Amino acid sequence: MDLDIFLFPFFQKTLFVGFLIGIIAPLIGVFIVLRRLSMIGDALSHVSIAGVALGFIIEVYPLALGIAFALIASFAIEKLRKAYPSYAELSIAIIMSGGIAFASVLFTSGKGFNINVQDYLFGSIVALDTADIWIVLTVTLLVIAFVFISYKELFLVTLDEDAASVSGLPTRLFNILITTLTALVISVIIKIVGALLVSALITIPVACSLVIAKSFRHTMWMAVIFSEIAVMGGLMVAGIWNFAPGGTVVLLSIALLMLSFLFSRSKAS
Amino acid sequence: MMMTEPSKYNRDACHECIISIEDVSFYYENKTPVIQNLDFKVLERDFVGLIGSNGAGKSTLLKMIAGLIKPVQGEIKLFDQPISDFKDWERIGYVPQKNAMNPFFPATVKEIVLSGLYGKKKMFKRITKKEMQKCDDSLQALGIEQLANRRIGNLSGGQQQRAFLARALINNPDLLILDEPMVGIDAETQESFFHMIRHMHRQHNITFLMVSHDVEMMHSYLGTEPIHTAGKLKFYVKHSHDFEDCVETDLTHSLKGFF
Repeated sequence: MDLDIFLFPFFQKTLFVGFLIGIIAPLIGVFIVLRRLSMIGDALSHVSIAGVALGFIIEVYPLALGIAFALIASFAIEKLRKAYPSYAELSIAIIMSGGIAFASVLFTSGKGFNINVQDYLFGSIVALDTADIWIVLTVTLLVIAFVFISYKELFLVTLDEDAASVSGLPTRLFNILITTLTALVISVIIKIVGALLVSALITIPVACSLVIAKSFRHTMWMAVIFSEIAVMGGLMVAGIWNFAPGGTVVLLSIALLMLSFLFSRSKAS
Repeated sequence: MMMTEPSKYNRDACHECIISIEDVSFYYENKTPVIQNLDFKVLERDFVGLIGSNGAGKSTLLKMIAGLIKPVQGEIKLFDQPISDFKDWERIGYVPQKNAMNPFFPATVKEIVLSGLYGKKKMFKRITKKEMQKCDDSLQALGIEQLANRRIGNLSGGQQQRAFLARALINNPDLLILDEPMVGIDAETQESFFHMIRHMHRQHNITFLMVSHDVEMMHSYLGTEPIHTAGKLKFYVKHSHDFEDCVETDLTHSLKGFF
């Protein structure tokens, strides 16, 4: 056990970024889960690490390329969804395997990748630099502003897309905005939680919240609280005992999910 | 009140045309037409029942009326405006099919009903006290005020439909479209729901378009003879003038005063 880790600036940075991620992942996650797109996070994260790998090879800022790749993938998913209207998951499966295939080829093509590959797959608490922090901060502000400003529109689009479009809402624009922000959120989470577990952070706190929340607004608040407990708790445990941060965060959130089920059972009986 | 013979009634005179369907055809690429050369007018305060089996084109027609898809041929007008220019969507209330809704959606009945106002509200504008009152009133009118803070998914099918009806009514619509509102609801609840709709039609200044495949229930209110048949689609109509005498007294406290 190593409590001194709290004194290190790198870990303080990680906790700060973790705090921001804990807010934005479930905020955007509520709309992703309720629109039955839970798997989209996996697809985007797998494509994003292909971008990151390419960034290392051609020596361009990896996170920027990761974000660009995720954005392209999010539009590709929307396009493919139209091509196979009744098989929405198919588009996600195709993009996801495409992303990981590209990433694996890139990862094995260069030298000196090994350390970074592990960081990007399972997450790392030491990997953040100042530029990363600024990017996470920007994405956080964007997501909070978007959800705050368009709460009403997001509610309508999520409840019933057709009815929303009848009431004159530009539903296509909102779909694009939601997927774009999801791509951004996913890309910035990868460095801490790792590409393999990113989508858990978007979905599991929301799943907890859906079990016990009393209203839609409450669902959003509770999801953020669950997510903060999982992220902050998980990062601290990972830092102290030197575990992979993604794994501890996700295991903690699954524990929270079990607790919420127990809680709602005991309330029902 | 006795049914009036449809043919004796001049459908083009005196009443405002709420929905006008003019020579409309629709087909998906290279397929046989779903709807062919349909002409039909829904006049003010009509109660129109649209009946047809699966694949008869009911949902296609509703989608065209809602502007979600465009007719391949012909034109649809709402309140005398071509649908592409139509902007007053809050004049139209819509009650979706029960199974169109995600039953685990975490919103309360109150949130669902208030969301009926969201479409026309500007960004940053919050719900006012007056609108809150409107919401309470419409919940009360449908007898579900005690369910206001319950999650929609925890309610019975009939209660959910009342919540969606309250949502559709919160804007005081002139036209109410109900898409198979009885599907997945037990027979007794269906009867009381339909009773409520009928009552609303008689009491308030609303035009109804209700899609259903429950022929018997429609016959009981709209008569056994369709006023118009197009392919497998059958239109049953009850005109407002069928009960003109009650209208004059009741209009004074129309829905707008009522809420």
